[in-house]
Amino acid sequence: MNWNHPHELQRRAFATSVLVVGVFLVLGGAFFRLQVLGWGQYAVQSRNNQFRPVAVPAPRGIIVDRHGVVLATNVPSYTISLLASSHDVVRATLDSMAKYTPFDSTQYAGVLGRHERSPDNPVVIMRDAPFQVVATLEERKASFPGLIVQTEPKRRYPHADIVSHLLGYVGEVSEEELAGGEFARSRMGTLVGRGGLESQYDDDLRGLDGERLVEVDALGRMVMGEGGGGLEPQQGDTLHTALDFDLQQYVAELFPAFGERGAVVAMDPRDGAILAMYSVPSYDPNEFIGGVDPELWESWLASESTPLLNRAVQGLYPPASPWKLAMALMALERGDVTLETKMPVECRGGYQYFNRYFRCWRAAGHADLTLAEAIEQSCDVYFYQLGLMLGLDSTLRDAAELGFGRKTGVDLPAEMAPVFPETTAYFDSLYGPRGWTNAVALNMAIGQGENSQTLINMMRFYALLARDDGRAPTPTLVPREGGEADFPVLASAANVAQLRPPLEMVVASGTAIASRIRNLRIAGKTGTAQNSHGLDHGWFIGFAPVDAPEVVVGAIIEFGEHGSSVAPMVTRIIARHLLGPDADRDRPVRWVLPADSAPTPEQLGPDSTRGVTGR
Amino acid sequence: MTRRAGLDWPLILAVVALLLLGIATLYSAGQTDFPTLAAGIWRRQLLWLAVGIIGAVLIFRVSPRILEWATPFVYIGTVALLVITLFFGTGAGTAAGSKSWLAIAGVRLGQPAELAKLATILMLARHLAGRREQPRTAFELLPAGIIAGIPLVLVAAQPDLGSALVFLGIFFAMLFWVGVSPWLLLLVASPVISLILAFSTGLWGAWIVFVTILLLWMRPYMLEALVMWGMNVLMGVVALRLWTGLAEYQQNRILSFLNPEIDPRATGWNVIQSKVAIGSGGLFGKGFVEGTQKRLAFLPAQHTDFIYPVLAEEFGFVGVVVSLSLFALFFLITIRIARHAVDTFSCVMVAGMAGMLLTHVVENVGMTVNVLPVTGIPLPFYSYGGSFLIICLMTIGLTLRVAWDARLGGYLEG
Repeated sequence: MNWNHPHELQRRAFATSVLVVGVFLVLGGAFFRLQVLGWGQYAVQSRNNQFRPVAVPAPRGIIVDRHGVVLATNVPSYTISLLASSHDVVRATLDSMAKYTPFDSTQYAGVLGRHERSPDNPVVIMRDAPFQVVATLEERKASFPGLIVQTEPKRRYPHADIVSHLLGYVGEVSEEELAGGEFARSRMGTLVGRGGLESQYDDDLRGLDGERLVEVDALGRMVMGEGGGGLEPQQGDTLHTALDFDLQQYVAELFPAFGERGAVVAMDPRDGAILAMYSVPSYDPNEFIGGVDPELWESWLASESTPLLNRAVQGLYPPASPWKLAMALMALERGDVTLETKMPVECRGGYQYFNRYFRCWRAAGHADLTLAEAIEQSCDVYFYQLGLMLGLDSTLRDAAELGFGRKTGVDLPAEMAPVFPETTAYFDSLYGPRGWTNAVALNMAIGQGENSQTLINMMRFYALLARDDGRAPTPTLVPREGGEADFPVLASAANVAQLRPPLEMVVASGTAIASRIRNLRIAGKTGTAQNSHGLDHGWFIGFAPVDAPEVVVGAIIEFGEHGSSVAPMVTRIIARHLLGPDADRDRPVRWVLPADSAPTPEQLGPDSTRGVTGR
Repeated sequence: MTRRAGLDWPLILAVVALLLLGIATLYSAGQTDFPTLAAGIWRRQLLWLAVGIIGAVLIFRVSPRILEWATPFVYIGTVALLVITLFFGTGAGTAAGSKSWLAIAGVRLGQPAELAKLATILMLARHLAGRREQPRTAFELLPAGIIAGIPLVLVAAQPDLGSALVFLGIFFAMLFWVGVSPWLLLLVASPVISLILAFSTGLWGAWIVFVTILLLWMRPYMLEALVMWGMNVLMGVVALRLWTGLAEYQQNRILSFLNPEIDPRATGWNVIQSKVAIGSGGLFGKGFVEGTQKRLAFLPAQHTDFIYPVLAEEFGFVGVVVSLSLFALFFLITIRIARHAVDTFSCVMVAGMAGMLLTHVVENVGMTVNVLPVTGIPLPFYSYGGSFLIICLMTIGLTLRVAWDARLGGYLEG
């Protein structure tokens, strides 16, 4: 049969038609599989193609003092970022942006580096951009596809240098931290707390970033208009600190009259709440916002006065005479002495221990003193003997139990641990087993030698002295519910109570006599920390009212020479806290009006009191 | 009966419907959020459409007898053009990488490969129609193989693998139509299948056993059997060598067909984005011009090779069913016309043209859903491109002429 016989052709045509229909059914089936069965999955993929999430940073929680004064807040600022598909696009955009706002090479490289690490996310080009730059760029938006100008909350510290060490500052999370997962809920560009409360309570303050969807084409070019949807950012929690900003401000105003470097802490002994904490010199934490100027940073790091150091919790000083109260308490606790106990050798300006002569600060001597009098006069000779009586072993052990060997646990990062040997093995390893003598016990007894304490640790001890129950409160900036119950009992209440009258005498008639405040009974202790590098550091820690102490204030002033010069500052801070702003009016302050009758009178600082107290 | 009644209206309506859908889809394909040159491309396609209709009308008026007489000259002429293109061709558009365009003084005249498809169909039709008996052995298929093989090799050398594939489609479709046994066609195709299966030793071994049994059952001439068997074995052996001889983009296309996720950013990108566009269209689509994959330029070559996903994304599965049905209808009509043709040349010619278009449709649509590997061949009536649209419309003109002859042949002899 011919191939083109009608029957043969009909057979072929039928077979071909069936084949064609079959082929189209297979194709239709493939589309059914994708479009009907796979729709859900592909719709998601298409949406992921279409929209790129852009993080909307959450405002950090604000930080307030106990009266609601705002210490850290947020203000709107402009952040310019770029959503770019390739390195070349970033480069080209930066080049054309440079016409309106110059970039230096490190910024340039930084942007490129960030883009390389996360090419699918917008790369931050400029934080806290000036309004003029933003306006210029917005006008030329068409020539910068992918440029995102976003208002972002920017951290602002209204009282900058007054509370700088307390608050810390914020900075971008580093890559190592991101990789290490140190900060939950963080991404490239997240601002995290650095130092101070910002760091300590970062998790509470940080909030939850929101998300905005931006429509993007295959080349990463952003389509005009909002993508809609997304998540609202959630602001971080407000941080209620125990701080009394009014007092803090007073401290900051007062301090320069007394010294250039040092720290002041005011604390409520009843619950450990820190009312004020001030460290000088300080810095402006606002400088860190949007990236710190490298030159300024270098100058801070290199500065001999270490402005970034919070001297209240990071400065280590010989505890000096305030330490004598610790010696006295340990001796009372052991039952070795009473307040009336006298030492075998009376003070004639020094103490002979074998071939060495240990001086008292008062060359003329204090004659024969009881323990109470020795505290009042801060007699070194008495305490040399008390140290020998206690013995080095007991001193170290008991002091460690009182907490002098460890951190207070204040809620600030980077608190320094005191340098304090807990056993004599320390001296063995330092000087060799026979390389040291019991003479270290003498040094130890007057708060010198191998003993360095932070101001906050000494504060904790004086808060114990100010309490009636022998407990030492943990200093806290942000009070927690029920924290007070945890305070450990370190000494007997009776022994602590005994020490208060001699401490009151220090201010009433002892070494801090010049610092008396009318209408207020203040107890306290001066100290002079010998400093081999220059002038001695001055200590004073006091509390009031003596009967039921409400506040403990301690200060260390570097190169302040003697605690007697620090005491007036501390007592005035106490007075300010307990009596209010009017307290100053009752103070016997000499006002000096210069000859040219300057409109504001100048208040004289330490010079006016130093002459009175002498040494 | 009048001349108008002699026209095959179902075919015209099917083609008009396909063309309308095609222009609409092409218009939409140009509407992106970041406008490109493709935005106004539909107007130029309309121009080509007008030229194509004129061409169709002209060729409609040409008697198949004259065509049959002129076929050898047309064939030889196009082969010459292909040779010239091989030496002086330029790349353009979405096929910028291969020399497939013929240009004089920078003005691109067209792609000779498209013309060669038609010429090959005519030449094959002339050759096959002249025989009373269908070829029964592989040796008898040799002349047909040479007719299709010459342009195939020349086009493949451009290199344009997709178009070369179309010649294979034409070849097998026409042979099937003239009654060549499917077993023989399988035998002819066996070396190629052997080549593909050579990448799996087990499968290849099974294939050789199958070919051996097939040869024993069909009992062709001894020499022929030995040659076919030998070629199968040879292909298995040289497969690796041929593979390394392929251009890298060709290798990648084959690899990414097997697994599009192999390199989602580069080679597999086309297929993945195409599938996302199609799949996200769902049942009813995202709406005309609203397709996000298209709008945001995620679809590669969305006005040429990957135009079908635009339709699928915007009109959904419903639109796909409609357009695929139109295509199926179109092929069923052409098969009917081929069957009723008054002379053998017309009969084979129409079947060949249908085979060509079917190859285009199946390969193009198949690659968008990852049923077939990606080759850059256009979708008839949809893809942007002048030469191909004109050739398509000319085949319609020819088919209409054949239908007209069949209807009026006995009545309006003139």
